[in-house]
Amino acid sequence: MARILVIAEHDGGCLNPSTAKCVACALDIPNPEIHVAVFAAAGGDIATAAAKLHGVRSVIQIDNAANERPLASVLAPQVAALADGFTHVLGPSTTFGKDLMPRVAALLGVNQLSDIMSVEGEREFKRPIYAGNAIVTVEAPADVPVVATVRAASYKAVDEDNSAPVEPRSVSAELPTHTRYISTQAGSSDRPDLQTAAKVVSGGRALGSSDNFELIFKLADAMGAAVGASRAAVDAGYVPNELQVGQTGKIIAPELYLAIGISGAIQHLTGIKDAGTIVAINKDSEAPIFEVADVGLVGDLFNVVPELTEALKS
Amino acid sequence: MNKILVGLKRVVDYNVRVRVRSDGSGVETDGVKMSINPFDEIALEEALRIRERGEASEVIVVSVGPTDAQQQLRTGLAMGADRAILVETKEATDPLTTARILLELVNRESPDLVIVGKQAIDQDHNQTGQMLAAIWGRPQASFASQVRFDGTKATVTREIDVGLETIEIDLPAVITADLRLNEPRYVKLPDIMKAKKKPLDILPIGDLGVTVAPALRARSFEPPAQRQKGIMVQDVGGLIGALKDKGLL
Ligand SMILES: Cc1cc2nc3c(=O)[nH]c(=O)nc-3n(C[C@H](O)[C@H](O)[C@H](O)COP(=O)(O)OP(=O)(O)OC[C@H]3O[C@@H](n4cnc5c(N)ncnc54)[C@H](O)[C@@H]3O)c2cc1C
Repeated sequence: MARILVIAEHDGGCLNPSTAKCVACALDIPNPEIHVAVFAAAGGDIATAAAKLHGVRSVIQIDNAANERPLASVLAPQVAALADGFTHVLGPSTTFGKDLMPRVAALLGVNQLSDIMSVEGEREFKRPIYAGNAIVTVEAPADVPVVATVRAASYKAVDEDNSAPVEPRSVSAELPTHTRYISTQAGSSDRPDLQTAAKVVSGGRALGSSDNFELIFKLADAMGAAVGASRAAVDAGYVPNELQVGQTGKIIAPELYLAIGISGAIQHLTGIKDAGTIVAINKDSEAPIFEVADVGLVGDLFNVVPELTEALKS
Repeated sequence: MNKILVGLKRVVDYNVRVRVRSDGSGVETDGVKMSINPFDEIALEEALRIRERGEASEVIVVSVGPTDAQQQLRTGLAMGADRAILVETKEATDPLTTARILLELVNRESPDLVIVGKQAIDQDHNQTGQMLAAIWGRPQASFASQVRFDGTKATVTREIDVGLETIEIDLPAVITADLRLNEPRYVKLPDIMKAKKKPLDILPIGDLGVTVAPALRARSFEPPAQRQKGIMVQDVGGLIGALKDKGLL
């Protein structure tokens, strides 16, 4: 039997959808017994939400004032202490999980497996390397826990049809004070979330300014879509970093992805490999984005985008 | 601050279109252009700027890798690092073993700060910095996009999924560099000449007394599923029609 510990991601109040995707990955491991750990200051509501996830045996709720913010150096010793008796410890391949899980693995004396995209056996997994240009099948060593992150875009969230028991627990671990949270600057959230949206409209360097980027926001609003961007658009300051899609940004899997004025560099394409339908609008018919686009339109975005927005509104 | 240690990994250049060997035994690296991992180059640039501001006195670049990684270390010296250390190994090391090697060097050099790239673009692990911080028992500030120092503390802004997070850490600490931390400088020819005279120590991995971590074994490699080239439409009407056909509008 595989005893799997999934580390829940949350913002202090709500469970992040990446957790339901980690549970989906855990369910692919043969003979799984899945427990979800919620580390928070007061994690009652989050634990209740986690208990609804299909396939979860129990939720372990570890409340501690020190867990108010997800600081890796504070959480890792607690996760490592809790990991005793588990064969697998999984976290999401989000910035939360990427920060935390390697620290956990190192404390447990094992390597971490990054970005599981499919489960091939109890200790065998596929993961992307070289910005997704190669897929490697890796086998984790026997007799030590598998510590891994799950590539959220490869999994569908499990249903919420469960009511697993919630078990409050305390873990004894020495918590450092050398790392202190100061502040978070988060984007406004009245649009759909980029990581979970069914539709995403992204703009690239071609937009030329943050004022012009409004064209992308208007189109996205007309479609009920989330907004994304290429690295070039973020670097140029047209939009904030949290909108970046790609190898160093978000890896997403919407049903529909519109790439507007984006050339299609491999680092960008890594982020959209799992999209259902890719639409490209670019004035250069030779742009590499057209090689992966399901629907391509060669044209000047400054004409095409307003026309498309108007057509969708009416 | 006294010393800053920077990790530089030799990787396939980011412009190379990497291909899986037809027998699935690995990725084709023969005759392929190799470079400093771009995130590590940013890490080095940051260390140099800290030293140039007078906030540190020495920048040491370290690579764990093959003999040829001397090329990347020489480039690092040409960018401005003061000296270099190559921990020579024929077999590529995994992140935890690399972190243990870096810890051994940290124990020898006692730096106040270690900066590495947030991930290497070959294996895309995103682990080594966090692992070093863990086994060193020191703070980690991963995915840094801005760093400021105040005596024995640093304030670091990190790129996270919801936006930007700022944390304060005590030194010594490990910082991992994200893309927007800075734009690395170009190396000038005279600097390349000067770099030839800077010290580059080579330590065989066996001399460090580091225990190799239980390895993840790569069983086979395959190319990713290819997306098919789709259709071209002529105008906005055609685009809307195509999306309606697919049930997306
Ligand atoms: C280590 C590393 C990591 C990276 N990570 C990422 C990442 O996560 N995400 C990412 O996106 N990039 C990433 N990059 C950068 C990537 O290599 C490209 O530089 C970037 O994606 C280019 O952005 P772009 O397509 O917007 O700009 P460009 O490549 O400049 O393309 C602009 C496009 O707009 C078109 N265009 C111009 N004017 C118009 C117009 N009026 N109408 C229509 N089309 C027009 C042009 O034909 C061109 O195709 C990374 C690079 C490195 C080295």
